[in-house]
Amino acid sequence: MRWAAVAALAVLLALPAVLSSYALTIFILIFFYGFLGQAWNIVGGYAGQLSAGHAAFVGVGGYTATMLATAAGLTPWLGMFVGAALAALLGAIIGYLGFRFGLRGFYFVLLTVAFAEICRVAVSNIDALGGPLGLYITFTGDPRQFQFQDARAYYYIALALMLAATAIAWAIGRRRFGVYLAAIREDETAAEACGVNAFRYKLLAMVVSSFLTGLGGTFYAFYLFSLQPNSLFGIPLSVEIILRPIVGGAGTLVGPILGSFILTPLAELSRLYLGGGGLYGAHLIAYGVLLIGVVLFLPEGAYPRLRRLFERRISRP
Amino acid sequence: MTARLEARGLSRSFGGLRAVAGLDLTVAPGEMLGLIGPNGAGKTTVFNLLSGFLAPDAGDVRFGDRSIVGLPPHAICRLGLARTFQITRPFASMTVLENVRVGALARHPRAAEALDRAREVVERVGLGVRAGVAATALTLAERKRLELARALATEPALLLLDEVMAGLNPTEVEAIIRLIRDVHASGISVVLIEHNMQAVMALSHRIVALSFGEKIAEGTPVDVANHPKVIEAYLGDEYVRAAPA
Amino acid sequence: MDLTLVLQGLVSGLLFGGVYSLMAVGLTLIFGVMRVVNFAHGDMMVWGMYLAYLLASRAGLDPYLGFVLCAAALFVLGLLVQWSLVDRIIAAPHEMQILLMLGVALVLENLALVAFGPEPTRVRSSLGAATLWLGPVFFDVARLVTFAVAVALTVALSVFLYRTDAGRMIRAVADNTYGALVIGADARRVYAVAFGVGAACVGAAGALVSPILPFQPSTGLSLSVTSFNIVIIGGMGSLPGAFIGGLLVSVAESLGAVFLKPSLKELMSFSLLVLILLARPAGLFGRRTL
Repeated sequence: MRWAAVAALAVLLALPAVLSSYALTIFILIFFYGFLGQAWNIVGGYAGQLSAGHAAFVGVGGYTATMLATAAGLTPWLGMFVGAALAALLGAIIGYLGFRFGLRGFYFVLLTVAFAEICRVAVSNIDALGGPLGLYITFTGDPRQFQFQDARAYYYIALALMLAATAIAWAIGRRRFGVYLAAIREDETAAEACGVNAFRYKLLAMVVSSFLTGLGGTFYAFYLFSLQPNSLFGIPLSVEIILRPIVGGAGTLVGPILGSFILTPLAELSRLYLGGGGLYGAHLIAYGVLLIGVVLFLPEGAYPRLRRLFERRISRP
Repeated sequence: MTARLEARGLSRSFGGLRAVAGLDLTVAPGEMLGLIGPNGAGKTTVFNLLSGFLAPDAGDVRFGDRSIVGLPPHAICRLGLARTFQITRPFASMTVLENVRVGALARHPRAAEALDRAREVVERVGLGVRAGVAATALTLAERKRLELARALATEPALLLLDEVMAGLNPTEVEAIIRLIRDVHASGISVVLIEHNMQAVMALSHRIVALSFGEKIAEGTPVDVANHPKVIEAYLGDEYVRAAPA
Repeated sequence: MDLTLVLQGLVSGLLFGGVYSLMAVGLTLIFGVMRVVNFAHGDMMVWGMYLAYLLASRAGLDPYLGFVLCAAALFVLGLLVQWSLVDRIIAAPHEMQILLMLGVALVLENLALVAFGPEPTRVRSSLGAATLWLGPVFFDVARLVTFAVAVALTVALSVFLYRTDAGRMIRAVADNTYGALVIGADARRVYAVAFGVGAACVGAAGALVSPILPFQPSTGLSLSVTSFNIVIIGGMGSLPGAFIGGLLVSVAESLGAVFLKPSLKELMSFSLLVLILLARPAGLFGRRTL
C-alpha cells in the first residue's frame, strides 16, 4: 500500500511536465477540491458532524486575505493565515453554539446552512466588501502577492495543500484525538461513558476543519482573481465540498482524494458540454442524482467498497 | 483508588412521573451492592443520575470527597465511576480491541500505550481470542463482556453494571459471575442491577430494593429476600402472608 | 411610526400566513409520521408554483382552480419520492436521510432552473389587482382568496386526519409505529400517503401563492428555511403548532418588512432560524440523551 502511495506521489510530481494547460487546470481543481474535502472530512467524516455550510469558511478566508492585500498591502502568504484564523473563529462559534446546545443531525446541518447564508447575505450587502458584485484582484503575476504566471506553480501549491490536509488527517487518526472522534461519531453517549469529552473534541475538530478550509479560501481568491458572495459562501460550493468525501468515503483518509479524482473531471466535462447559459444548473442536477445514488447504493463511499473487493480478491487462493 | 459513594435525597421526575424519590444510597469502598426491584422501579434512572447522564431534581451525590452532581458523564468517569448500559452500545465500526482502547485512553493518552493496556483488559475478560473481531460480529454474551471490558479499561474505583446478565444462558451467567467476582476482588466496588435473583444473592454483600422510585428495603441478601415489602413488590399482596417469617 | 402601515403589515401578514400554515402543515406531517425531514420541501413548493404557471399560461387555467391539479401532481411526486427513495433508507442513520433529501432538493431546484431559467416569474390570475378597502387598510382580493382556500385545505386535512379511518391510521403510525403495525397498519403505505399528502400541501400552497409572489428556482431554499422555522417553533410533528406558527411567522416577516430594508429579509429569516434552533425547548433532543 505504501509503495503505491509513493509511486502515485512521484507520478503527480512529474506530471506537469507532460500535461496540457487544460489538463493542468483540471488537476489543480482535483487537488483543490480534494484539499477542501479532506478539511471537511475531519469534522464531517471523522467526527461525523454533517456540516453543509463549509463554504462560509472559504468565503471568510478568501475575503479576509483579499481585503488585507488590497487595503493594507499585506502579502496573501500571511493574509492566508489571518483569513484561516478568522474562519476558525467562525467555526468555533458555530461549533460552540451547536454543540453546547446539543444540536445534532438535522438540526446541526440547519445551523451550518443558516450561518453560511447569513454570511452570504451580509457580505452581499456590505459595499466595502464589494457588495453583490464582489471583489476583483488585479493581475500582477507577482509571487509575493500569491500570483503566478505559470500555472504549474498553482499545481504544486494545490497539491501541497491537499497533501498537508491529508497528513493532518492522518496524524489525527493515529492519535487519541482521532480515536475519540470515531467513538463520538459511532455513539456519543457510549463515548461519554468512556471518559470522552465529546463537546471539546467536536469543537476542536470543527476548528481544525474550518481553519484548513479558510486557507483554501485564499487559494480560491488568488487563483480565480475574483470573489462573489454567491460563489464563495453559497450552497453550491458547500455541496461541491461535501460531495467528494461522501462519494469517495467519508471518514477515510483516501476518500476525499479518491472522490475528487472521480468527480472533478466528470464535473468539468459536464460543464464543458452542458454548461453555459441556461443549462448552468445541469451539472448540479447530476450532483443531486449522484448524491441520491451514493446514499442508496454506496453509503460508505467508493474507497471502503473498493478496498473490500480488493481484499476479497487477494484472499482467494 | 477506592472511594465511597454517597447519594442523599436523590430525586428525579419526568413530567408528572416520579422516577426516583428521595433515595439515600451508600456504597462503601470495596463493597458489592445489589440493586433490585421490579421493572420500572427506577434502577436505571438511578444509574443515570449517579453517572451524570441525568441531572437530579434534588439531592446530592458524593464520590470520594467531592460532590459530583452537575458534572458531565466524562468527568465522572475520569473521577473513577464507570458504568455499563443495559442495552449494549459497542462502537460498531471498531474491533473488540479498538473498542476497549477507547476506554483505556482515558488513563493512557498515548494511543500505543492505550492499545497495550486494552489488550490486557481484553485478555482478562476472556475475549482474547476475539480481540480482532468486529464488535458487530459478537454474540450477546461476548458483547456484555465487551461492555464490561470497556468500562474496566477506564480503571474505575466503582463500577455500575446494568443488567449485565440479561439474556444470557445459565452457563454464560456462571462465567460472568466469576468475572464479576474477579473484578471485585481486585478492589473495585460494584453496584449491580440484576433481575437474576440467584446471581444477585450470591454476589452481593448488601442489597437495596426499589419500588416506584423509592427504597423499600435494604440489608443482607437473606433479610431483603424475606422482607414483606419486597415480596409484595415482586409478587403482590397475597404472597406476603405466605412468606416464611 | 405610521400606525396604518403597521396595521397594513399585520393584515397582509395574516392573510399570507394561510399559505405558510399549509406549507408547514405538510412538512410537519411528513416528519410526524416518518421522522424524515423533507429538505426538498421548498423546492417542491416551487414546482407547485411553476406547474400553476404552466397551467395558467398554456391552458388558461386560473391558479385558484388549478391548485387542485398542482396538489394532485405533487401528491404523485411525493408518492414516487417516498416509494423509490425514502423507503429504502427509512431505517438508515439520519445523516443518510439528510443527504438523500438534499440530493432530491438539488435535483428539483436545478431541473426548474434548466426548464424555466433563473428569472423571476409571476402568474396572472383573474382576480388581478382587485382590492377591498376596510377602513384605512386594504386587502388584496387575491390574498384574501388565497388565505381562505389555504385555511379551507388545512381544515379539510384535519378532518381527514381526525375523522376518517385512513387518517386515523396515519396518526396511529405517527404516534406509535410498532403498535400500529400490531393492529395491521401497512406502514409503507401510510408513509407513502403521508409523504404524498405533505407534498400535495405544498403543491396547493405553491399554486395559491403564485399570483401573489414572484418566484424563481432559488426561492426553494428560502421557503424550506421558512418551513423549518415554523415547524421548529410550533413543534416538530404538531399540526396545530404548524398552523399557528405559520400565521405568527408570516406576521413577523410582514412587520419586519415594514421596518427593515427588503434585502435584509433573508438575513432576518436565517438569523431567526439560528435563534430558534438554539432556543427550542430542551427535552426534545436535550444535551444528554440516553
